Amino acid sequence: MNSKNNSTQSKINLSHERNPGLELDLDLIHNIRINRSAVERRAQTSGKRRSIKKDWQAAWLLKAISCIDLTTLAGDDTPGRVKRLCEKAKHPVRRDILNSLGMDYNQFHTGAVCVYHNFIETALASLHGTNIPVAVVSTGFPAGQISYDQKIEEIGASVALGASEIDIVISRQLVLTGKWTELYNEVSAFRKACGPAHLKTILATGELGTYTNVAKASVVCMMAGADFIKTSTGKESVNATPPVSLVMIRAIRDYFDSTGYKVGFKPAGGIGKAKQSLEWLILMKEELGNDWLSPSLFRFGASSLLGDIERQLEHFISGRYSASYRHPMG
Amino acid sequence: MSIKDIYKTMDYGSAPENHSMADQWLDGFNRNFGLFINGQWVSPESRSTFESINPATENVIAQISESGQADIDAAVKAARNAQPKWQEIGYHQRAKYLYAIARQIQKHARLFAVLETMDNGKPIRESRDIDIPLVARHFYHHAGWAQIMDSELKGYKPVGVVGQIIPWNFPLLMLSWKVAPALAMGNTVVLKPAEFTSLTALLFADICKNIGIPDGVVNIVTGGGKAGQMIVEHPDINKIAFTGSTEVGRIIRRLTAGTGKKISLELGGKSPYIVFDDADIDSAVEGLVDAIWFNQGQVCCAGSRLLVQEGVADRFLRKLKNRMSKLRVGDPLDKSTDIGAIVARVQLDTISQLVQQGEDDGCNLWQPEFKAPPKGYYYPPTIFTDVSPSSTIAQEEIFGPVLVTMTFRTPSEAVALANNTRFGLAASVWSENINLALDVAPKIKAGTVWINCTNMFDAASGFGGYRESGFGREGGKEGLYEYCKPVNLSYKKPISRLSKSDNQTNLNSNKTTMDVTPKLFIGGKQVRPDGGYSYPVLSFKNDQIVEVGEGNRKDIRNAVEAAHKAESWTTTSAHNRAQVLYFIAENLSIRSEEFANRLCLMTGATNDQALEEVQASIDCIFRYAAYADKYDGNVHATPMRNVTLAMPEALGIMGIVCPNDNPLIGFISAVMPSIAMGNRVIVIPSQDHPLSATDFYQVLNTSDLPGGVVNIVTGKQDELANVLAKHDDVDGLWYFGSEKGCETVEYESAGNMKRTWVNHGGSIDWMTDYHQRSELYLRKATQVKNIWIPYGE
Repeated sequence: MNSKNNSTQSKINLSHERNPGLELDLDLIHNIRINRSAVERRAQTSGKRRSIKKDWQAAWLLKAISCIDLTTLAGDDTPGRVKRLCEKAKHPVRRDILNSLGMDYNQFHTGAVCVYHNFIETALASLHGTNIPVAVVSTGFPAGQISYDQKIEEIGASVALGASEIDIVISRQLVLTGKWTELYNEVSAFRKACGPAHLKTILATGELGTYTNVAKASVVCMMAGADFIKTSTGKESVNATPPVSLVMIRAIRDYFDSTGYKVGFKPAGGIGKAKQSLEWLILMKEELGNDWLSPSLFRFGASSLLGDIERQLEHFISGRYSASYRHPMG
Repeated sequence: MSIKDIYKTMDYGSAPENHSMADQWLDGFNRNFGLFINGQWVSPESRSTFESINPATENVIAQISESGQADIDAAVKAARNAQPKWQEIGYHQRAKYLYAIARQIQKHARLFAVLETMDNGKPIRESRDIDIPLVARHFYHHAGWAQIMDSELKGYKPVGVVGQIIPWNFPLLMLSWKVAPALAMGNTVVLKPAEFTSLTALLFADICKNIGIPDGVVNIVTGGGKAGQMIVEHPDINKIAFTGSTEVGRIIRRLTAGTGKKISLELGGKSPYIVFDDADIDSAVEGLVDAIWFNQGQVCCAGSRLLVQEGVADRFLRKLKNRMSKLRVGDPLDKSTDIGAIVARVQLDTISQLVQQGEDDGCNLWQPEFKAPPKGYYYPPTIFTDVSPSSTIAQEEIFGPVLVTMTFRTPSEAVALANNTRFGLAASVWSENINLALDVAPKIKAGTVWINCTNMFDAASGFGGYRESGFGREGGKEGLYEYCKPVNLSYKKPISRLSKSDNQTNLNSNKTTMDVTPKLFIGGKQVRPDGGYSYPVLSFKNDQIVEVGEGNRKDIRNAVEAAHKAESWTTTSAHNRAQVLYFIAENLSIRSEEFANRLCLMTGATNDQALEEVQASIDCIFRYAAYADKYDGNVHATPMRNVTLAMPEALGIMGIVCPNDNPLIGFISAVMPSIAMGNRVIVIPSQDHPLSATDFYQVLNTSDLPGGVVNIVTGKQDELANVLAKHDDVDGLWYFGSEKGCETVEYESAGNMKRTWVNHGGSIDWMTDYHQRSELYLRKATQVKNIWIPYGE
């Protein structure tokens, strides 16, 4: 396989080389085989094969927070709301709790914040002086039903404003009709439009029909130069599930095995519980390894997850079950 | 390690399961267990005990009683006394008790799981998520069978007292597989757990006591092989159910030969795990974890022989080794452990020796980095590549976490390699091509075939072996027949008379009424007997009618070879077989009078009686022609998104030793159901009256029956039966003769674990039996294969 894009420098510090993408290999796409029942069995039992308790659980939950793309993507978002979210991203856990856990209050933050284009400047201003990246959803998020030109323009505009991560939605119709070349071309163009900003491709797996489609779309996106592949917009009726994640994670592993390039993974939507976040981390560790247990290669797209983890962490310290009002709002 | 450090390393840490409840239960018995007989805890007469050891720590957990003869006698007596009442309390009452057991197991699920792990060494994840839930499910499912036995098993009654001997790899699960169907069908049980793992059986006894199962219905006797042998040999036990090694199974078959005891044996395996190049490779890799690194590989149906298509072998093995490196070996009570402790030192030694043998044979060993805990019996996940079928490790069951790998080129080579074993317990087939998967599944000689999955079990599906993996099924409706028998099965008084011709080796050919010598019928042709001898056939007046060929062991050999070649009969459609049977019936019908006359001449039957026998024979053939495409299996309702097909398959090559009396209907009754189901048979017809069979050559030859499907060898029945019993390419053997002959047939069949069916010396009313018990004949002529097909895109 030959790399396609020239490696571009990002504002984000990476321990790995950015995926430059490859020429499209249609044979590889056509040979993808996914057995749904077997995938579901593995996904269902994976979390039960490992148990993380006590200090380890606390450490892992902190890791989960560090991988959260703290997100607000709502019609009623306002600058005030976004500012508050950014403050929470900077200080996701109460100072006393972090101190008890031996973590540095000023150095511990979420993986990113994720907002609509309109709030990029607000977010950048709020996060000034931190190294928390601003991610922005793009290309007609969530349905992607705008023209190709508009999509390219939207990416360009967001990058110009300073967004360092662009979460694009792919055209589901290209997957559902098997137009892999067209999908490849589209995502390649998105990647180009991103320039130094990182490209996170949202597959909207809940709308792709089959795991085989998910696997094929994952591989096409990686070949087209995706830095991350992401399950969902959070707006589909079914969002991130363990089996769909497993399919994508295995695609990432195969891509790494054959090219040496590491692509990140972002499950989004429907992950609201601390225990779920551990299950996802276990899946990453088991299927991909520790390199993927860091925000440079793993993110949760989540809004309510943080609150549950905060309560768990307080319980870990005090032995008392916590209440949500005891933790500052985001 | 600080939280900040863990945050960097992202290790798992330890997650031990609390075992205080299990300790509390053990302490409640002062860690010293008696036997559970007649609803009471009793001390063994010998007062001797042995230690139960936790293989993960090598600590002694408890003292277990060693049963002696007096104890086994007491248990059998208790079971015997309890049985009539247990049968009489009725279907619904039995169902209620079984439900109560299931509920108790669920209520105490974690206690059972922890105790199982402490005693056996299996990871708590497995005992908690797999073993114990399956146990509860097994009792729930069979509570249902108890309830509907009256309608679903009409005409069947309990066997009586059942002796059950179970292994150490799935202690409570195997108990449930044995006890649930036995109790459901109205039997009482004497069960002996394996000496390494008695504890969950004793906890089970405790819950039986608590819910008030009537005294004597469940008896748990602990001990070693000697106690097991006492159960096997006990004269008042009606059936033995055993799960364990093929070696011990063979001993049990021999010990029970001729006793009339019903037996079911679930034995060893060397199950193939076949990966085609169009499989979901990652899922197939993960499947292997469940196949061979489940329960430390101590699984009779473990997918221990990886057969991978050559083109994907390198990629597959690379992924597999990567996956193996992630397996965590260690404390089985830790919730993050994948591979726990081997059950005992002796088993660990066996594994090590076989692995050494593999290396000595030049096979290529690979193990991931492995650090065993300081105490306990641990063995790392292990894979051998560069293995050939001739390597010891490719043939012997290792019963440990050791996988051997071979490659294949084509589907037919995969099948050939898969079947290149004396075992036949299970197989896995991985392919995303349904045409390929469903083509391969029926060709594999195994009782269970898992397509794109492995080690799936459920109470609704039968489990059991082909070949030397044993016989009988556990689970599903097919499993129930092991624990009940036909109500109308009553043999007449035993046959003990000698055949007339046994005493006639001299050629006192006074007058021969026919100047032809019927030969043998092998491969569709009449052939002279190899030995060149004949023996006289006498009329009922003791006149010599004719001489027939006297077959010997070489004729049997030739007949088996002919049968072997006629494989297309087994694979042809049931419709086609039915057509041939109808044709046979018609051709016999045309010659009714001739066959009747022959019967009169040989047996002295009146003309009416003879015509009646011929008519019954024609009716019988029609009956099995009709059944040929109707005895066709089930789809089991296993609780998954899955189709579980239970297919009755032909045994393969069968020997049939016909009754000496009723020379025509006896012959027809046995041969027709066998060939209707697709078997190829070697028939030893009535010794004194063989002419009904030899006359039948022409009927067969004019009925489009392919050569080799029915082979007929006349001669001394018991001698030839002995040869058939010792022939390892014969899969099943029916024998309807003397008590002594039955014993020989059962004893010698242990060599390759043939499925046998004998009359235990009793005589059968052949004129009605085919009609009353036709399904029994069909069942005996087949074995059920369960094919699991999960689906979903």
